[in-house]
Amino acid sequence: MTDIVQKPARSWSLSSFSLSRGNMERVMNIASPLFLLLLWEIAARLGWIDVRFFPAPSKIFQTMLQLIENGQLWVHTKASMYRLFWGFLWGGVPALLLGISMGLSRTLRAIMDPLVSATYPIPKSAILPLILLIFGLGEPSKVVMVAIGLFYPILINTMAGVLEIQKIYFDVSKNFGASKLQVFTTVALPGAMPLIMTGVKLGVGMGLILISLAEMVGAKSGLGFMMWNAWEILSVETMYVGLIVIAALGITFTLILTEIERFLVPWKASR
Amino acid sequence: MAASTLAEPPPRAGAADDVKIRIRGLTKVFESKRGPFTALDTLNLDIPTGCFFMIVGPSGCGKTTLLRILAGLETQSTGTIEISQPADGRPSNSMIFQGDSLFPWMTVWDNAAYGLTMRRLPKAQIKERVSFYLNRTGLSRFHDHYPHQLSGGMRQRVSIARAFANDPDILLMDEPFSALDEQNKVMLQEELLKIWEETRKTVLFITHSVDEAVTLGDRIMVMTAHPGREKATLDVPFERPRQVLELRARPAYGEFVFNIWTYLREEVQRARALDEGSSS
Repeated sequence: MTDIVQKPARSWSLSSFSLSRGNMERVMNIASPLFLLLLWEIAARLGWIDVRFFPAPSKIFQTMLQLIENGQLWVHTKASMYRLFWGFLWGGVPALLLGISMGLSRTLRAIMDPLVSATYPIPKSAILPLILLIFGLGEPSKVVMVAIGLFYPILINTMAGVLEIQKIYFDVSKNFGASKLQVFTTVALPGAMPLIMTGVKLGVGMGLILISLAEMVGAKSGLGFMMWNAWEILSVETMYVGLIVIAALGITFTLILTEIERFLVPWKASR
Repeated sequence: MAASTLAEPPPRAGAADDVKIRIRGLTKVFESKRGPFTALDTLNLDIPTGCFFMIVGPSGCGKTTLLRILAGLETQSTGTIEISQPADGRPSNSMIFQGDSLFPWMTVWDNAAYGLTMRRLPKAQIKERVSFYLNRTGLSRFHDHYPHQLSGGMRQRVSIARAFANDPDILLMDEPFSALDEQNKVMLQEELLKIWEETRKTVLFITHSVDEAVTLGDRIMVMTAHPGREKATLDVPFERPRQVLELRARPAYGEFVFNIWTYLREEVQRARALDEGSSS
């Protein structure tokens, strides 16, 4: 009794079941995919759907546990992440530097714009054979594919970000004696940061697409390889595990990038 | 650090031997699609050291162009500008811009410290100066705010703090209060006068408001409508320090404002006629 008096009985009173609208929506957000999974499970068990293509979620989950236990899933995920990381560095950093330079220099823009416009529309997947030919079947070809995929969205968004900066800010930096490098670091880079982050998010999505593709064709490890291999040995569950992990990676990266954005662009966050 | 500048002799407009900015035959022609456009036409001007120099003119008379040339943001077509440079490595000029010129991605503090940071001054010195001027402009509490979190008047105060903290030889002001409402304008004029009294730097202030020119200035140049030339230059007969509202209540103030208006009215009408002529 004394317990109840000391802590107001708010956690388990009846009123907690009348949810606010926001909580209601949150519950629905979680409930709808769960419901779909449940439906899928029932349909698979009752034979309404072909389990050769759509194995029951419980089966997929079992396979996933197996793959975690024997360490395979980790090996493949690590291989893909490793390639994504190096591709991000090799594609992202040059794209960032070139994008800002193109935004700042009219001459450089005149030189580079036709090259970028001409190569950008080429589907990145279509150059995979060429990349394999040039860089071989080892690690470099995968890293290069990711790098190319990241390069364009980051380059184009960075340049647009710099061009969007109002001229008065460059006037201020000039009047207050900023050097070229200081204009770069105090005006161009922070001013373009909102669009740079958009470019990075788009680029990471593109990188995930291209890494799975590249690994299907010429690799002995990675999530793409795992899924392709699963097709060859008809282990449909493993394919689904690969899809789930890639989706989870995509969501995780987006969450991390959103946090980084909040940190790098604090002046836009609270608008 | 303000002590050295405080020791300067108080300005008496007209000490001809002590000229800070000497402009001779300054002409600026812009190339536009309709052909060349003369913004400034053989302008001659002497601005004495320590003078609060006002330029009034109808819009489009090239007054902003003049300021931008002096700020190093534009180059003249012909003519010469001599500016006596500070010997101690301080910057020659700092500009207070019209409208929003604070970097949205920097806090109030970083904005105010911008010029000093660019010059790579010792951290302790930057801290001392920035906190001094943020304090003087009443912004200390907002040092970690971003510009979008401030009102227009506060933002322009940061602009003023940024320019004064940079400790330039000359302050260039391009209609800094034109975007503010009347109450804010009077407050900021009052504050600007107070801060300026402490250092009495040479100021070149551009405005289209006669009231503002008379309230703030030692000397006023009225410019002609385009091309921009000198129409008249008058010394303001009011002593310092000034109280904005007290000054405006004086009969002599009204007379002097009227005096300036007689010069300006013709030019405003001429500018209007030119605009109508070119648009039809």
